[in-house]
Amino acid sequence: MNHTVITEYLPLYKDAFLLTIRIGWMGILLSVVIGMVGCFITHFKIPVVNTLVKGYVELFRNTPLLVQLFFIYFGLPKIGINVPAEICGIVGLGLLGGSYMAEGFRSGLEAVAKVQTESALALGMTRLQLFTHVILPQAFAMSMPAFVANIIFLLKETSVFSAISLMDLMFTAKDLIGLYYNTTECLVLLVVFYLVMLLPVSLLGSFLEKKARLSVFGA
Amino acid sequence: MGFDVLLKGNNLIRLFGGLMVALRISLISVAISILLGIVIGMLEAYNNKVINAIARIHLEIVRIMPQMVLLFIVYFGATKALGLNLTAEASAIIVFSFWGVAEMADLVRGAFASIPVIQYESSFSLGMSRLQVYVHIIIPQIIRRMLPLSINLITRMIKTTSLVMMIGIVEVLKVGQQIIEANRKSSPSAAFGVFATIFLLYFLVCFPISVFSKYLEKRWEY
Repeated sequence: MNHTVITEYLPLYKDAFLLTIRIGWMGILLSVVIGMVGCFITHFKIPVVNTLVKGYVELFRNTPLLVQLFFIYFGLPKIGINVPAEICGIVGLGLLGGSYMAEGFRSGLEAVAKVQTESALALGMTRLQLFTHVILPQAFAMSMPAFVANIIFLLKETSVFSAISLMDLMFTAKDLIGLYYNTTECLVLLVVFYLVMLLPVSLLGSFLEKKARLSVFGA
Repeated sequence: MGFDVLLKGNNLIRLFGGLMVALRISLISVAISILLGIVIGMLEAYNNKVINAIARIHLEIVRIMPQMVLLFIVYFGATKALGLNLTAEASAIIVFSFWGVAEMADLVRGAFASIPVIQYESSFSLGMSRLQVYVHIIIPQIIRRMLPLSINLITRMIKTTSLVMMIGIVEVLKVGQQIIEANRKSSPSAAFGVFATIFLLYFLVCFPISVFSKYLEKRWEY
C-alpha cells in the first residue's frame, strides 16, 4: 500500500463518487415515481394501461440493467433518439427500479387483509377514506422491506454505468489500474467508497424496517 | 432498423453462442451455490456462534458490495496480491458462487427457522424417529418455502452474468458489439437491432423461470 498514491487518487475517486451518488439517487427518485404510478394503475385495474404496465414490469424485471443501458445508449440513437450518457443512466436506473418498485408496492397493497376493506366499508367509510386511512398506511409498512432492499439493489446496480462511459467509481478504478498498475490501492479505494455509499443506507434501512413494522395492525 | 444484420452469415448463431457462455457461467455458479448453500445453511441451523458469525459477515459483504466490485477484486486483485493467474471465467464463477452461497445459505437458514418447534415436538410425541421427522415433516416444508425463492435467485444470477463482459469474457453483449463493429459500413443502424435482440433474448430466458417461480409460490401458499 502506497499512501502517496492514495492521496493522489482521492480527488479522482471523490468526483466519481459524487457522480455515482447523483445519478444513483436521481434514478432512484425516478423509480419511486414510476413504481407508485405503475402500482396504482395495476391496483385499480385501469383498462389498457394496466396491461401495458404489467408488460413493462415483466420486461424490465427480467432483463439486466447492462443490456437495458446498451439498448438505450447505443441502440436508440440509431432510430433518432439521442440520449446523453448521464440522462441514459438516470432513465435506465429509473426504468429498472420502477419495475421493481411497482412490484414491491403492489405486493404491499395485496398483503393488506381483505377483512380490513370489509370492516372499513361496514363502518361507513367512503372508498377514498378506506384507501387513504386504512389500506395505504398498512400497505406502506408491508412494502417497506422490499422498498429498502430495492434501494440498496439500485445503488449497487450503479456500478454498471461505466459501460456507457460515465466516469463513475468503477470507471475510475478500471482506468487507474490500466494506467498505473496500482491495483491494490485502486481496489481498496473502490471498496471504501462503495462502503461509504452503501453502509449508511443499509443501516438506516434496517432501522426504518423495524420502525415501519411496528405500525402494522395486529403485529 | 438493423435487424437484417442478424440474418447475415452466422451472426445469429454467434449471438446464441454468446448467450450460452453467459448461461453456462450462471448455471455452474447456481449449482455450486445450491450445494454449498444448503450445507452451510444446515450448519447454521445448529446455532454454532462462530459459524453463524462468519456466515453473517459473508452475507453482509455480498449484500453491500456490488457484484461488479467483487469481480474486479477477484480478477485484478487476486492476480496481483496472491500471484494467482485466474481466467476471467474462473473469477466470474468464483464471484457468483461466493454471492449465491451466501444468499442460498440464508434462505435455508430462514426456512429452518420458520418451522415452529411444535412440529418437531408433535412428531416425536407421535413416536416418529428423528429421520422420519426430517424426511416426512420438516424437509418437505423447507423445500416448499425455499424452492420459489431459489428459482428467483437463478434468474438474478443469469441477469448478473451480463457483467462478465466487463472483465473481458466474450458473451452475448460482447458478441453483439463485435457484430455491430464488423458491419459498421454495410448497416450503420445495426446497434438498434442487435441490442433489441439481446434485450429480448434475456427476457425469453428469464421470464419463463420467473413465471414458474411465481406459480410455485402461489400453489404452495399456506
